[in-house]
Amino acid sequence: MTATAAPVGRPAAPGAWHGAGWAVRRDARIALRSKAELGVQLLFYAIVVTLVPLGVGPDPALLRALGPGVLWVAALLASLLALPRLFAMDFADGTLEQMALSPYPLPALISGKIAAHWLATGLPLVVASPLLGLQFGLGADELLVLALGLLLGTPTLSLLGAVGAALTLGLRNGALLALLVLPLYVPVLIFGAGAVGAARTGLGAAAELSLLAAALLAALVGAPFAAAAAVRIAVD
Amino acid sequence: MLESKQLAAQRGAATLFSGVDFKLTPGDALVVTGANGSGKTTLLRIAAGLSHAAQGTLSWRGVAVAPLDLVLRAAVLYIGHAAALKDDLTAEENLASLASLHAGKAVSEALRDALALWLLDRQRALPARALSMGQRRRVGLARLSLVPRPLWILDEPAAALDAAGVAMLCDMLGTHLAQGGMAIVATHQDIALSGPTVRGLSLS
Amino acid sequence: MNWFRFASPASFFPLAGRLTPWFSAAAAMFAAAGLYLGLFAAPTDAQQGDAYRIIFVHVATAWMSMLIYLVMAFWCAVSLMFNARLAAMMAQALAPTGALFTALALVTGALWGKPTWGTYWAWDARMTSELILLFLYFGYMALRHAIDEPRRADRASALLALVGAVNVPIIYFSVKWWNTLHQGASVSLTSAPTMAAVMLTGMLLMALAAWCYAIAIALTRVRAIILERERHAGWAGEAVLAKAAQ
Repeated sequence: MTATAAPVGRPAAPGAWHGAGWAVRRDARIALRSKAELGVQLLFYAIVVTLVPLGVGPDPALLRALGPGVLWVAALLASLLALPRLFAMDFADGTLEQMALSPYPLPALISGKIAAHWLATGLPLVVASPLLGLQFGLGADELLVLALGLLLGTPTLSLLGAVGAALTLGLRNGALLALLVLPLYVPVLIFGAGAVGAARTGLGAAAELSLLAAALLAALVGAPFAAAAAVRIAVD
Repeated sequence: MLESKQLAAQRGAATLFSGVDFKLTPGDALVVTGANGSGKTTLLRIAAGLSHAAQGTLSWRGVAVAPLDLVLRAAVLYIGHAAALKDDLTAEENLASLASLHAGKAVSEALRDALALWLLDRQRALPARALSMGQRRRVGLARLSLVPRPLWILDEPAAALDAAGVAMLCDMLGTHLAQGGMAIVATHQDIALSGPTVRGLSLS
Repeated sequence: MNWFRFASPASFFPLAGRLTPWFSAAAAMFAAAGLYLGLFAAPTDAQQGDAYRIIFVHVATAWMSMLIYLVMAFWCAVSLMFNARLAAMMAQALAPTGALFTALALVTGALWGKPTWGTYWAWDARMTSELILLFLYFGYMALRHAIDEPRRADRASALLALVGAVNVPIIYFSVKWWNTLHQGASVSLTSAPTMAAVMLTGMLLMALAAWCYAIAIALTRVRAIILERERHAGWAGEAVLAKAAQ
């Protein structure tokens, strides 16, 4: 008998956690090696947030009113900016088709990639948001709710965005991704900014934060499979 | 074990090829030749389970398989045009990563042996961006000895390889077939693969 | 009768051609009846005067915009599950009509809002959701257009439509939540005048007219799509020549 004979019967798929771990380790290692890219998106967030007072004037009351919305919209745009990088390199150099052919479940591999991507692009936004929130005169409890909301919301944005990024692989038009993904972002924006507004009125943001958590859970369950289907379509 | 019936593929609305039948049993090799644009890559991708065929069926051990079926994924090692190497990772890290993606042996000794086999011992710790095209191709082919699979599907494996590399490749293919493996190879060049179990398929 | 016989573009093509005139006629009839009721028979409203009559078009187009998206998503699901080309073509044919109805709903809603509430756009939950639905339609069409290879375009846009369909209830819920939260002035385009029976009948007739129109247009469009995508098949050339000879 030969060492290369295939096993008898249906082969068992290797563990999903192994697959996710493979993707996280590899992407994290690559991200750390090319450090130049890491800070760009955070700078974009800061710049966009700074643009708004320049556009509407420095009136503190107006900025306080606009603050939560602006900080959330800018986070959406910054998240959108980073999305193409999720799959584009792997698609171009042939890694993505190797991932599709791997015995590891593709949704697991993609979940790992999204996790590594969020650590590099979403988490910095969460950490920086309280600082930027100070520019809009938000109070301490509002800043806390802002950061918590972004902590729950930015992974959801990465997960939903991954589906859009996979659908638009290899296409030249960058704005198309925005058109596909931004409508899906609307609920996260509404609950996230609403949470800060609720904290401001003293009502407590429990309802909005719970809804954000629910959205995150739903995205965790559904998005990897949708993104895997989209990747399979793209490598066809 | 791998059988195709009446495979057809399209590019856009025009037909690339149609009516392709082949059958591979342990020890068989299929060498696919044809002009540029004749659909060699498409045929190999269909056989590997990456692409949908416009018509026809593919079956493994008599059971029809759809694209990306787990049965096919566990049986095939596909090395396409793209080397799937990351510029920022070293040759050894790249090889380890690709081997473990396919649940192959990614232990250091095995990696070093595989790289040494392809004469890349000294380039082991270099980032992939520092390697030449031929060297990158060798790193990609090195996983042939780390990931044991019955069916090898290789798309232009000899491209960018020097004479020694081509000889190594033919050697490995020969051993693989002798041990009961199967191979589908698309090539422009003359790969010295011959024998009663080697068949040619020309796509015009 | 074996319905699957019509699953191939070649055999559906003539069937669609035979069905279209019936639906066009039905659409014209329903529209005539509905417009008569809406424009003439229904009484002038005490509060809104004659301006309210635009809801006869507005409600029909709003209903259709949502219904067409659901039907489109249905055909997309069929095309993915059965790897069926014709189902994907049907979805492709429906999308522009769905987008048109959504745009009409938005425009008629704005036109109704101005004389009634003093503003063209009031950011109420339904209109905002309609706007997002328009973006979803545009996204579907843009993705299709951006992908050159037809089968990949079919599958990618089908997946997008399904993801959108799943998200539409979530988006609507969140927009409604947002609207009630920020409810300042109680402007709401959802507070239609209390319905006299004749008004309801008028709206139903207009909805039926819109439905028949959508079917007729979709069948016509799908015939064009079939011809374009199957142009290398023998029967397509013959069909075009036969039509030209008429």
